[in-house]
Amino acid sequence: MDWKNYQKIILPNIPDYHKIDVYEKNGGYEGLRKAMTQEEWDPKAVVNEVKAANIRGRGGAGFNAGLKWSFMPPKQEGLPRYLACNGDESEPGTCKDRRLFEYNPHLFIEGAIIACYAMEMDAAYVYIRGEYIDWIEMLQAAVDEAYAKGYVGDNIMGSGKNIHMHIHRGAGAYICGEETSLMESLEGNRPYPRSKPPFPAQKGLWGYPTTINNVETLSHAALVMRNGASWYSSMGAQTHPGPCIYGISGHVNRPGVYEYPTGMLISDLIYKVAGGIRNGKKLKAVVPGGSSVPILTAEMIEGITMDADSLRTVGTFMGTGGMCVLDEDTDIVNFLLRTSKFYDHESCGQCTPCREGTGWFVKVLEKIARGDGETKDLDLLLDLCDRMEGRTVCALADAAAWPVRNTINRFRGDFEAKIKKATLIATS
Amino acid sequence: MEYIFTQDELQEIARHVAKYPEKKSAVMPALWIAQEKFGWLSNEAIKLVATTLELPYAHVYGVASFYTMYFKKEVPKHLIEICTCFSCGEMKGKELLDFTKEHLGCNAQGFSADGKIWARAAECLGACDTGPVCQISNRRYRHKLTEDKLKDIIEKLRNDEELPYERIPLYDQTPIED
Repeated sequence: MDWKNYQKIILPNIPDYHKIDVYEKNGGYEGLRKAMTQEEWDPKAVVNEVKAANIRGRGGAGFNAGLKWSFMPPKQEGLPRYLACNGDESEPGTCKDRRLFEYNPHLFIEGAIIACYAMEMDAAYVYIRGEYIDWIEMLQAAVDEAYAKGYVGDNIMGSGKNIHMHIHRGAGAYICGEETSLMESLEGNRPYPRSKPPFPAQKGLWGYPTTINNVETLSHAALVMRNGASWYSSMGAQTHPGPCIYGISGHVNRPGVYEYPTGMLISDLIYKVAGGIRNGKKLKAVVPGGSSVPILTAEMIEGITMDADSLRTVGTFMGTGGMCVLDEDTDIVNFLLRTSKFYDHESCGQCTPCREGTGWFVKVLEKIARGDGETKDLDLLLDLCDRMEGRTVCALADAAAWPVRNTINRFRGDFEAKIKKATLIATS
Repeated sequence: MEYIFTQDELQEIARHVAKYPEKKSAVMPALWIAQEKFGWLSNEAIKLVATTLELPYAHVYGVASFYTMYFKKEVPKHLIEICTCFSCGEMKGKELLDFTKEHLGCNAQGFSADGKIWARAAECLGACDTGPVCQISNRRYRHKLTEDKLKDIIEKLRNDEELPYERIPLYDQTPIED
């Protein structure tokens, strides 16, 4: 793949691109104009185009966005429908949406309004984590510009369509990135995830049909409407196409947010894009897509590319594309302990396996980290994983258990090294 | 202290109420306004939000107590929250938090000796690429932290100086040639 000559489209190096007139001069809002003013682009045609592009959701699940849109029931006159845009971005390792709000907010706004048109919705609610107040204000300024130019609001571009956009500020809770929790939070309730079914498309925000998409996913929809499905799907990996924002963090020389097509070799991202491991150290591990996806050892990444099919061969996922790189000096037990503390802190407490299990992960890992661990503790942790995965209302328990299970399985030697030391001290 | 909203604040809450089909949805924005006004969410402040939105006190309390950014106890004016999670943790976020607490002479609650600043660990702040990062008083981010940078932040907070937004440019993305 000729990624070195790739022209950036989501985060292009164009000065003042966040301003509406600069965005318009570079083809901005042309996709929305097509949808709103050209007869062949009725809502169904837009859904089909987005489905054909095969945009894999960028929030972590990687589900075909157009297919998700097609799950909306037929429009019933007089009953509202809503779009919820997920900008909660709380998965550790993920740092892409913040850049989008700052450097290309109109692409997201355009994509969200196109989605509302395609699914015949009345309004888009944008849920953004409370910590991002500076970026919320940047996005609000962009939304105000879009209202003033008639791209959002009543009678958009003379089409007779009324679509509004509202930003909702969170207040520091990872769980609100879970789609049903996000809806509860928007409704003003304590954000406990809901049981499914009913799915949001049947009974979502305030009981009406709702679709939830990640903000980056919606931005991709704007690109598809501007340039066509075949343009989009020919980019990057065949089964997981399109541009991708890679957030690279950890022990690399040039950590940063980079835009390239999907299907990049993990080794290219680490050694060429991010400048290699700092201080000339060797690679120990990579977490490719946010803290909940299974960790990879240095040997496993050989020949593996950033797309769902390739990552599946080594038992992990694309997640959010937020990659954390760890060098040979990393204390893997401590790393897992800190990750588990995150899930313990963020478990909403609704389901017992998750509320109690995440706490026990921390207690047992603390015991191992301080050198008091026994071999049976590793079995206990794996047994806990069995009792949590798939046994709760939402996927937080799974997200907490996967790192534990996979880190133990893939770095068992590191855990045993700490345990054996303890055993030696005890018997000497 | 008298617990009432001014006309301006009530109008701001009304603007939030108008965004949603149900009044209840404005509970988070109203709590933000209350916290901004009173510095933290006392029972009286929560009651004020409840009566303003015609909601049960227990419901509003249930929402307020869920989120870490709403303060349910009286806290110093300035907050330094250093991310110690995941990538930032690997970039010495925890060590920088320990340094900050020691530099401030924090007590067990994390409050500084002069009572002006408090420090605590943050969970992932979503700026992993510029880690270690911190957030100041629920607003400004500070990136690529060092001990010197933290000392400078603390000095400014002690003098109640306003911290400007720290812009991180889009990186020069030309790949390194092999």
